[in-house]
Amino acid sequence: MEYDSRNFIQKLFKMKSREEKQAEREASPEYQAIDTSSMTLVIKEGRANAAQLAKAQKVGRVISSIITYSFLLFMSVIILFPFYWMIITSLKNTTEIRASVQTFFPATVLWSNYITVFNTFDFVTYVGNTLLVGIISTIGTLITTILAAFAFARLNFKGKDLIFAILLATMMIPGEMMVITNYITVAKLPWYEFGVGLVNGWLGYTDTIFAAMIIPFWVSVFYIYLLRQNFKQIPNELYLAAKVDGKSDWQFLWHVMVPLALPTLISIFILKLMGSWNSYVWPQLVTAGHDSLRLVTNGLRSSFSTTSGEPQYGIQMAATILVTVPLLLLFIFFRKYIMKGVGRAGIKG
Amino acid sequence: MAAVAKKKGGFLDFFKNLFKRKERVSADAGERNNWKAWLYLAPVIILLSVFTFYPLINTVVIAFLKDYDYTTQVSSGFTFDNFLTVLTLAGKDASQNLVYKWNCTYDAALGSWVYNNGTELVKVYFQTDVLKYALPNTMIITFVTVPLSIIIALLISVCLHSIKAFQKIFQTIFFVPYVTNAVAVGMVFAVLFDSQGILNYIFGLGTYYWIDQTATHTSAMFALCVYIIWHALPYKILIFLSALQNIDKQYYDAAKIDCAGKFKTFMNVTVPMLSPQILYIMITSFIGSFKEYTSVVGLIGSAGTGGTNNMYTIVYYVYDCLKAPTTVSRGAAAALMLFVIIMIFTAIQFQVSKRRVHY
Repeated sequence: MEYDSRNFIQKLFKMKSREEKQAEREASPEYQAIDTSSMTLVIKEGRANAAQLAKAQKVGRVISSIITYSFLLFMSVIILFPFYWMIITSLKNTTEIRASVQTFFPATVLWSNYITVFNTFDFVTYVGNTLLVGIISTIGTLITTILAAFAFARLNFKGKDLIFAILLATMMIPGEMMVITNYITVAKLPWYEFGVGLVNGWLGYTDTIFAAMIIPFWVSVFYIYLLRQNFKQIPNELYLAAKVDGKSDWQFLWHVMVPLALPTLISIFILKLMGSWNSYVWPQLVTAGHDSLRLVTNGLRSSFSTTSGEPQYGIQMAATILVTVPLLLLFIFFRKYIMKGVGRAGIKG
Repeated sequence: MAAVAKKKGGFLDFFKNLFKRKERVSADAGERNNWKAWLYLAPVIILLSVFTFYPLINTVVIAFLKDYDYTTQVSSGFTFDNFLTVLTLAGKDASQNLVYKWNCTYDAALGSWVYNNGTELVKVYFQTDVLKYALPNTMIITFVTVPLSIIIALLISVCLHSIKAFQKIFQTIFFVPYVTNAVAVGMVFAVLFDSQGILNYIFGLGTYYWIDQTATHTSAMFALCVYIIWHALPYKILIFLSALQNIDKQYYDAAKIDCAGKFKTFMNVTVPMLSPQILYIMITSFIGSFKEYTSVVGLIGSAGTGGTNNMYTIVYYVYDCLKAPTTVSRGAAAALMLFVIIMIFTAIQFQVSKRRVHY
């Protein structure tokens, strides 16, 4: 006979078995009164039931999205406020700008600050200089970048990896290391000046100063890296097909690869142009003593630093707007290219 | 694991894999491309040689030249004096003779360092700009703005990632500061921080001088850091957001199954998954903030408040050294020291990241 410990203990203490208990319960009048058809199953998680939990989750989600949106809104206000203040300050007169009670909208909208900027600050010349320098250095950069990226992506030669690594390593070196010697170089390098003959140093004549602002910036290792990545994605089959068609490397590069990499090239073009528009240090050094050759940023900082007494913030801000608006327009029209070009750096490297 | 690293690591990985990985040879590749390839590379190599490689070597040489004058290209031999001058271990007396600090004594009565030149005691002047202003300022800028801007950018991008409505609009707004001119916006911040400006008005600070000529160093540094963080956010947000969008949803589902809270999920899923980007941003922004210059020019407009050079950064000092032909080698010495500092910091970050970054 099998030994049953439960039965033994129950019998020992005269306890009722489970079945007996159930039968007793079912026989009770309270049990008879329960209407089973109206019962619902309740699943409890913690102390809340499912409906409460769903509600709590929903409330939580609403609260967290309110917090998220208000945080983002708050940060956007911080981000955008300087722009707003720049615009309205440019439309105020000096007394209103420095009044003890600040106004969030100009009492009288004053356009004369802009006229003053055009009269005192040689904006048109500076913009012309900047565009000239920007476009020529951008086109030069594009050409050298396309050629080098093609060599690194498609051609094979001894020491390719080593040279590419050396190029990438230069990106880690602060440009200030180079500026010192480059300044001496352009101040010393010979140049053929028409009508004058061979001159020593690039800092004496208009065209040589422009050359000094442009030529050192015809290479950008970062863009070579960017374009090489793009070129590498172009399938090998296309290259082989072009070879079968009797195309040379040169033709393949300009007829197939460049059109395919056009979005990247546009990104590079715009970013480089923006870089030229914003460049400050090098043009400042090179154009010292030649005010008419300055670029916008240099003109911007120096034009109002000599005013004695009260700073003319209204005029300053009007000039600042004239420098900022072209960039913002470029951003509005080419947002996709700019953000892609900038963003790619982080994703792939 | 290796495949993931290749995909996400980018050029940082390139260095690591350089000597391990064998480049896939394309079908066409052959030695016949050899001279043609060099032709394609010629413009880049020539320009880089003239404007990058040669300057690099030359700057190092200049840093060690004695009495170098770039207009005449004349020097009188090699020396460490430029470095000693930058580090205030060497100074000059009134007749421009170089005197080492270990030959000087501090004279409390004169309130200056003096040197016995054999016949009399002469005052010695040290160039304290780098040790007193440039180096501390650069360090403050770096260690305040880099961590703060990374944390704020992470917060914003996580918030941006979690929302659906208006995401594109917010994304665009947060990118706008990137497409501005550092000097121009610096001037706008100068207006905001003006003693009669809007910030004093909003916060009821009366006419507190933040950046004017009478301002203290601390308040000017505060304004500068605020501006630098504002200007540094967009790039970081862009990088973090696109990295967030690339994180596999599985990890978040797994975290949800484990009942991990929002903060826990952020610390244990989001941050580790973003670690390659955080490392990249850390390295680039460390390097960037060590080279801060145009923001000072834009915001302050000069090297400091109250007629001193108290807002100098190392790069500002280097550029100021270019103004006179004889101070160039001192600038080169400072630039070289900056380069070494940057290299050390980058190496430290790589070392730390070995343990912390998950590719």
